[in-house]
Amino acid sequence: MIVFLQQVISGAAVGLVYALVALGFVMIHKSTQVFNFAQGELMMLGAFCAYTFIVLFGLPFWLGSILAILSVALFGAVLDRVLLRRMIGNKPFTIFMLTVGIGFCIRAIVMLVPQWGTDTYSLPSPLQGMVFSFGGLIVSADHVAILLTASVIAVALYVFFQFTRLGLAMRAIAQNPLAASYLGVRVDTLFSIVWALSAAAAALAGVMLAPISFVHADMGQIGLKAIPAAVLGGFDSLPGAIVGGLVIGIVESLAGFYCPEGVKDVAAYVVLLVVLAVKPRGLFGQPDAKKV
Amino acid sequence: MREPPDYRSELTIVGRAGREGLIGIAALIGLAVIPLFHNSYWLSQLTFVAIYAIAGFGLQILLGFAGQVSLGQAAFLASGAYACSYVERLGFGSPAGFAAAIIVSTGLGLLVALPALRMAGLYLGIATMSFGFIIEEVAARWTSVTGGNAGTVVAAIKVGGVSLGQPWQIYYLSWFMCLIVLLLSYNLLRTPTGRAMLAIRDSEIAARSSGVRVARTKGIAFGLSAAFAGLAGALYSHALGFISPEQFTISMSLDLLVMILVGGLGTLRGVLFGSIFLVVSPELMQAVLGLFTSGNTELPGLRPFLFGASLILVLLFQPDGIDAIVTRAGAWLVRYGASLRRR
Repeated sequence: MIVFLQQVISGAAVGLVYALVALGFVMIHKSTQVFNFAQGELMMLGAFCAYTFIVLFGLPFWLGSILAILSVALFGAVLDRVLLRRMIGNKPFTIFMLTVGIGFCIRAIVMLVPQWGTDTYSLPSPLQGMVFSFGGLIVSADHVAILLTASVIAVALYVFFQFTRLGLAMRAIAQNPLAASYLGVRVDTLFSIVWALSAAAAALAGVMLAPISFVHADMGQIGLKAIPAAVLGGFDSLPGAIVGGLVIGIVESLAGFYCPEGVKDVAAYVVLLVVLAVKPRGLFGQPDAKKV
Repeated sequence: MREPPDYRSELTIVGRAGREGLIGIAALIGLAVIPLFHNSYWLSQLTFVAIYAIAGFGLQILLGFAGQVSLGQAAFLASGAYACSYVERLGFGSPAGFAAAIIVSTGLGLLVALPALRMAGLYLGIATMSFGFIIEEVAARWTSVTGGNAGTVVAAIKVGGVSLGQPWQIYYLSWFMCLIVLLLSYNLLRTPTGRAMLAIRDSEIAARSSGVRVARTKGIAFGLSAAFAGLAGALYSHALGFISPEQFTISMSLDLLVMILVGGLGTLRGVLFGSIFLVVSPELMQAVLGLFTSGNTELPGLRPFLFGASLILVLLFQPDGIDAIVTRAGAWLVRYGASLRRR
């Protein structure tokens, strides 16, 4: 039982990292109808920025992390302003391919920056090595930090979308951008803010993932695991993304422990395929009427 | 697509040679004489142009004609490559291996098509991507058939006791197959099935209400694209002589998508241009950089940068890809020639 709980908790911690990346997918898709394939690469960029600020520049962990998240958020807003905004009105697939191109470019830039390249780095956190134990159950402080941070972020996002003017405006453009713009909502500015928020969520995921795994140019692949999380949650619901991330993380962790080697890596995708085969629009997705 | 001029030209397998035909014949002659110059490195690169083009025609049918997204095309190349090498190792010979590659991949394609019929757009892309990850993992773990992560050495193609292991032999074989696949795809567009695909791409609801059998047509598109990818996979394994799961990852699927989009979505010529772009442009870029840095340092980020930047530029400024640029340049040349003659 202890072992089982142990697996569930470490799975939940990784799952919340997926959930943060998935939140980025969902925020962008909900308000701009774009599926941002570069979300995982933004997470990778966040980890590299944190590595630069903390290890290379020697800043304290918290300051370095916040600077990294802010820089990636700015980068997200610039992406929207320079590239995505020109594509408004194009077919979803075309915009999706643009984000694929952006993902390629982010990877390339990381590989080409002299101090980054294709080597593997580690990002030591101040909590490294610390553990809490609750009657036989041993939880590392890194995992606890992830659980706490992700929960706080999730609640903060919920409050932001539900109770602030800006959040209300964002829900308005998600429902009907044209009507929202007639009512005085600055749709294009909001799009940039959404991109900045999503990029920040991805960067935060990168900063939290780096201490428990590694910093590498291929880290973005881990971000792809967030796609099943987002789909499980229906792709348009913020709480859904968190639930989806948790489910994927825990299933993976249990599969890694109880199933033969290799099952862990595909567990998320098997779950996803089964769900999609039964419900083609995800667990919580609503069927939408399509105009001819 | 341009309108067919009359019924007779509809019936011919290959249309009458116009200016395009002449260019095509010139290109064929060029391809046929290249091995005489015997630069084995560029010969193998050109072999890969043909192989990627075969897989590209498949993806073009699926994405450019039928409008169905696939982010898991590498899985079908993998199944083709492994099926071929497995059957050859059992001692059945290469023709049987290639047949197995096509059959297994087509089967997998139809299998994917079953759930895919109910999905669209975003969800279809994600489902095919998941399928790709699963096949990649199966290739890594099913060691008795695939050799696992260590990979498998693939022997030369043998047809009736004759070994086709030389670079120029696999070169001719690949381009011969490529030509056949090109003709098949070209003629597919003129069949009712091909037109049904275009109708589904443009509006599935309109196609359905005009009596197009949507499920059947999508299934055929998936089957054909998987079959071509399987053939490409079998050729790929022989051209490299070695296969391992890490060759058939999502980056290969994405590379194929980049190729189709940069070359030109929805045209067969675009596949050829895209395939040339995919194989030749990183080499060219490396050579150009070599002139400035005077070293043999290989930059790891060069390939993704080139592909990503080209994709972004194409999507922003020329959504119809290299094909549209070449067509325009060709039209300009013709006009320029005419104006010279008038003088």
